[in-house]
Amino acid sequence: MPDIKVTPLGAGQDVGRSCILVSIGGKNIMLDCGMHMGYNDDRRFPDFSYITQNGRLTDYLDCVIISHFHLDHCGALPYMSEMVGYDGPIYMTHPTKAICPILLEDFRKITVDKKGETNFFTSQMIKDCMKKVVPLNLHQTVQVDDELEIKAYYAGHVLGAAMVQIKVGSESVVYTGDYNMTPDRHLGAAWIDKCRPDILITESTYATTIRDSKRCRERDFLKKVHESIERGGKVLIPVFALGRAQELCILLETFWERMNLKAPIYFSTGLTEKANHYYKLFITWTNQKIRKTFVQRNMFEFKHIKAFDRSYADNPGPMVVFATPGMLHAGQSLQIFKKWAGNEKNMVIMPGYCVQGTVGHKILNGQKKLEMEGRATLEVKLQVEYMSFSAHADAKGIMQLIRMAEPHNILLVHGEAKKMAFLKDKIEQEFNISCYMPANGETTTVTTNPSVPVDISLNLLKREMALGGPLPDPKRPRTMHGTLIMKDNSLRLVSPEQALKELGLSEHQLRFTCRVHLQDPHSDTDTLSRIYSHLKSVLKGYAVQHLPDSTVMVESIVLKVSSSAEEPDLKVVLLSWCFQDEELGSFLSTLLKKGLPSAL
Amino acid sequence: MKLYCLSGHPTLPCNVLKFKSTTIMLDCGLDTTSALYYLPLPLVHSPRLSKLPGWVSKDGTVNLEKELKECAGRVFVDSQPEFCLPERELLDLSTVDVILISNYHCMMALPYITEHTGFSGTVYATEPTFQIGRLLMEELVTFMERVPKAQSATCWKTKEIQRRMLPGPLKDAVDVWSWRTCYSMQEVNSALSRVQLVGYWQKVELFGAVQVTPLSSGYSLGSSNWIIQSHFEKVSYVSGSSLLTTHPQPMDQSSLKNSDVLILTGLTQIPTANPDGMLGEFCSNLAMTIRAGGNVLVPCYSSGVIYDLLECLYQFMDSANLGTTPFYFISPVANSSLEFSQIFAEWLCQNKQSKVYLPEPPFPHAELIQTNRLKHYTSIHGEFSSEFRQPCVVFTGHPSLRFGDVVHFLELWGKSSLNTIIFTEPDFSYLDALAPYQPLAMKCVYCPIDTRLNFHQVAKLLKEVQPLHVVCPEQYTQPPPAQSHRSDLMLELQPPPVAYRRCSVLGLPFRRRHERIQLLPEVLMNYK
Repeated sequence: MPDIKVTPLGAGQDVGRSCILVSIGGKNIMLDCGMHMGYNDDRRFPDFSYITQNGRLTDYLDCVIISHFHLDHCGALPYMSEMVGYDGPIYMTHPTKAICPILLEDFRKITVDKKGETNFFTSQMIKDCMKKVVPLNLHQTVQVDDELEIKAYYAGHVLGAAMVQIKVGSESVVYTGDYNMTPDRHLGAAWIDKCRPDILITESTYATTIRDSKRCRERDFLKKVHESIERGGKVLIPVFALGRAQELCILLETFWERMNLKAPIYFSTGLTEKANHYYKLFITWTNQKIRKTFVQRNMFEFKHIKAFDRSYADNPGPMVVFATPGMLHAGQSLQIFKKWAGNEKNMVIMPGYCVQGTVGHKILNGQKKLEMEGRATLEVKLQVEYMSFSAHADAKGIMQLIRMAEPHNILLVHGEAKKMAFLKDKIEQEFNISCYMPANGETTTVTTNPSVPVDISLNLLKREMALGGPLPDPKRPRTMHGTLIMKDNSLRLVSPEQALKELGLSEHQLRFTCRVHLQDPHSDTDTLSRIYSHLKSVLKGYAVQHLPDSTVMVESIVLKVSSSAEEPDLKVVLLSWCFQDEELGSFLSTLLKKGLPSAL
Repeated sequence: MKLYCLSGHPTLPCNVLKFKSTTIMLDCGLDTTSALYYLPLPLVHSPRLSKLPGWVSKDGTVNLEKELKECAGRVFVDSQPEFCLPERELLDLSTVDVILISNYHCMMALPYITEHTGFSGTVYATEPTFQIGRLLMEELVTFMERVPKAQSATCWKTKEIQRRMLPGPLKDAVDVWSWRTCYSMQEVNSALSRVQLVGYWQKVELFGAVQVTPLSSGYSLGSSNWIIQSHFEKVSYVSGSSLLTTHPQPMDQSSLKNSDVLILTGLTQIPTANPDGMLGEFCSNLAMTIRAGGNVLVPCYSSGVIYDLLECLYQFMDSANLGTTPFYFISPVANSSLEFSQIFAEWLCQNKQSKVYLPEPPFPHAELIQTNRLKHYTSIHGEFSSEFRQPCVVFTGHPSLRFGDVVHFLELWGKSSLNTIIFTEPDFSYLDALAPYQPLAMKCVYCPIDTRLNFHQVAKLLKEVQPLHVVCPEQYTQPPPAQSHRSDLMLELQPPPVAYRRCSVLGLPFRRRHERIQLLPEVLMNYK
């Protein structure tokens, strides 16, 4: 039996450096190629030596697919393609293709220019890597080669995020990337058709969480920001430049407008305006409401939100600052955090998930003293708030997607092991299908049961259909007769006559004969007549004939009666039928073995 | 397999394909050339048009002075303009399962097909086709409802009168009883609610019997050709396609290979004009008029070639030292059309696509708007009347010159020979369009820009994709009537194409022999 193999190189029982290898129908596909925010050493990137110890990956991979532009899904891409070596196609959606190189360049700058690391990918490598990208449109079927096809579905989560279906013959896998099942202020909800994949590889970031209503969370968020501003504090919101940032900007913008607030809102880095441009140009990827009204009012033109300058951080008075990156592991958000951490009037709101090892993760766990570079310690006095605004599906959402796609197996990635195990139990209980959660480097093998396409001649199909009456009854199985010819790697089902003709064979007849003994005290001819009337009454609708040469014919089945002189009452009924009438023939023999009814 | 041909117009097709028990309508174009028989609908009261004499037959026996008016030596119908619909009697429209739309010009009859006919199927179109199609319908409805006319003329249609008594060209109009006035916005919304959006190369299964796939056709934003196939048979439907590099994504030719039948519609309507040459002529005439202090009027549709014209002028005006000349784009949907054009990057040609990666808007008209050189207005009323400066260039519809803001500009500028009207849309004969405005002092320039395939390109395409049979409108099987000696302006194929006309029902020449079934692996295991 054929099987599909799935091996996570990253994101197996973990969040970060998503990278999953899939082998299906002889094809190898890499899904995502991300970096890990929690590490600064080799563990930052997936371990590509798993694929091959020596040299380039081009010969081992048929294609690479990137689900969205977050660095934990694409951060290792230039390293993989330019430093390890891969020249095949890399698929991603248009918005991802537009935004991904900017984030990679940002990542490179922080690592090389600020931290001074060497042996890292260069700007040119990012450019060369992006040249290998083939843009993907939603719902378009892309033929990677003659056998392998992929198709993207809308995933919500961030601008341009996609789920992908990978298909070879009748076997298929769906990889969700990160997705969101509830529409928010700027994105729509993920959607997939009932494509019944053999395996659904789904993220499980919020495997155990069922989030309360979005409105409550938004109200909470606004209340906290408002209170802090009122008492003259500064609010830091670490975000990634694209994604939640726009969602929260829309939220604050409308709130400021409604409450007529005057405190400044800033957005760090020059990326803001550029980022908002992307949102305007890719408006077809946002939610329905924004798409409908964009001509009258573009939601991404903000009135209250201005560009941030480093010197503003020391300005007196309240302010709200969106700063990158989102997990406080480097860059401007960390700098501002250091400045503001000592004042209890200030506040930091973490709007998303933080990977282990990052400052964000530490302060969320209540750590009050942080060790910084150069042995300095930083006291955390400001208020730390966590508010889940990351656009991941919660447990309910994951179940909903499973119901939508109806997979035969589920494989969990992009989550913490403990939470995954909980969700795994729940899925297995509710859907009664197998659920896997391999660790990094561990291979899951799923046996598939693909059906085999066969070409049938239309004549045969129509003839066999007609046998069952005018209309086929889809609820009833029916036997159909035909000859299967396997030739030149193709399968054809044709009528036996045609098969004989094609193969130049002559037909052999296979006949069954059997003798049935009957106690019947009559003459041979009378017995035959009695049999004739018996069959006539039982087999209504069949052609039963009494022929002059002392035989009875039922369709093509011949019956004869004889007896020996010694035992004239013991009749031997001779039945003979050909293979095609096997069903009727064996029915007759059983019937006659029961004897003739005396009433005849 | 059968093909029902509901429209005789080669570029506004409407065909119905019956294939494997599915009924598939291919496009539903609305022929608006019938509006040319009607008087223009002025936006502002026109003393000239309101004082026209009524028509009475020469012998005085027929008096239709309320319905027909004599204007500039021709007779026009004085009523709400009516359009020529696809044939609705040839087959029961409620049996149509799906409608496939190839481009926004070819869906304008949709409300007539889906509303009040019992139609309950699905319409498939790409997102740009859907959005821009909606804008064009909205515009048409606004044009009509803005200047309501109480009268609906029908007496002139009486066969005895129309055929025997009326002067030409009115007497030669065909199927006049099937003409209808414009639909309402409510009908448009209801019709569009049946549209399901598809992307290029998206495989759509119909009832598990047939698979349909839209392909990029290179003609307009989101325009598509369609593949209709089962496992063993393949029908290609080629509608408005272009091989020129304008703004849309290039045409996909290779996917049309190995078709059993190729239905060919929407070739260029002006096979003798080269679009590039026309564009050059357009620019030079425009510059000449502006330099002389005159205004330029460009009657056009609100989407399509106008984007290319604006892009061309964006470069040309500076080089011609006319950088300060204002452009005005006047249409109820002008703003929407300009905005929508910028958000469909995925549907544009490569170099426009790469602009959004920067990120910059794909079309340079964004810059024209930003620098105030291009201004758009919903109509001549309101802001426009106080803001406009002359000399200027005005883009406005409708290209038939029978309704829309263009009517006003003809009344306003027609009397001065300084001004020029430049025709770029190929759908209407410019002489017929201008007939009710004669005598006209304004200069007229005819620069039709039709980027659709010409006969040379189509011959090359067919040679490449090798369909077994070609089906096309009968107009393509003979040279145009005005150029009967040009045997290069027709399709010459071996075997000859199967020609259709309005109301033809064709049996398409191929027989199905095989079907695909799936064997469960358990069944096959028994034979190991």
